[in-house]
Amino acid sequence: MVPDQIEREIVIEAPVERVWALLTEAEHVGRWFGDAGAEIDLRPGGAMVLRWAEHGTSHGRVVAVEPHSRFSYRWAPFEDPGGEEPLEGNSTLVEFTLTREGDGTRLRVVESGFASLHASDEQRAHNADANRRGWVAEIDELREYAQKIAA
Amino acid sequence: MSTPAEEVFVALADPTRWRVLSLLAERGEGTATSLAAELPVSRVAVVKHLAVLDRAGLVEARREGREVRYTVRTEPLGEAARWMAAIAAQWDARLVAIKRLAEES
Repeated sequence: MVPDQIEREIVIEAPVERVWALLTEAEHVGRWFGDAGAEIDLRPGGAMVLRWAEHGTSHGRVVAVEPHSRFSYRWAPFEDPGGEEPLEGNSTLVEFTLTREGDGTRLRVVESGFASLHASDEQRAHNADANRRGWVAEIDELREYAQKIAA
Repeated sequence: MSTPAEEVFVALADPTRWRVLSLLAERGEGTATSLAAELPVSRVAVVKHLAVLDRAGLVEARREGREVRYTVRTEPLGEAARWMAAIAAQWDARLVAIKRLAEES
């Protein structure tokens, strides 16, 4: 029922070299991803650190680096600040693909591996416990959220 | 590109559809006729809302004689769906931020 991946893309009026720099250089990543800086050791297996002023720190691990075309890493998006080493089961895979399009760039991001995250016992217990009354309260909250997203 | 989770959110974003779903949840089940009797909209409108909810997997239809009875399906909801929609929205925001930075002179 829950999809295992999210796919998003955007067309940018800038060359792939510039988009690549924004995606992979820590000084830039700290501006569009975290808001309190980042560290990236740009090689397969290299460590990544993403910092947020209010949410703390997330850790990632670089998977693939193909200059100007592909960059991927694993990270644990739902771990508490302090973060664990991102492994299968506690992390998702984020893959960026850059394609030259005229003078611009098509940037695509796929984040996958959610199904394994969601298969936790806690989640199943939560679903199993949800009685009708609790569900009505939940859907109310969900609706407010949905309206924000759809807006 | 919309994910099933997003379809759920789109289905819930309409206030009338949300009321249809809430009524079904409260009553346990209902038909287009019984729901229309409790809502300020026509039976035809309720049928349309039920179709959207059905596509999102939020209701289950069961034919009984001349009537179609609907019950709520909660599986598409819950934390997982919320996460997915929130994450998709975050990526959209991040991609737009990258685009802005890239297109700055």
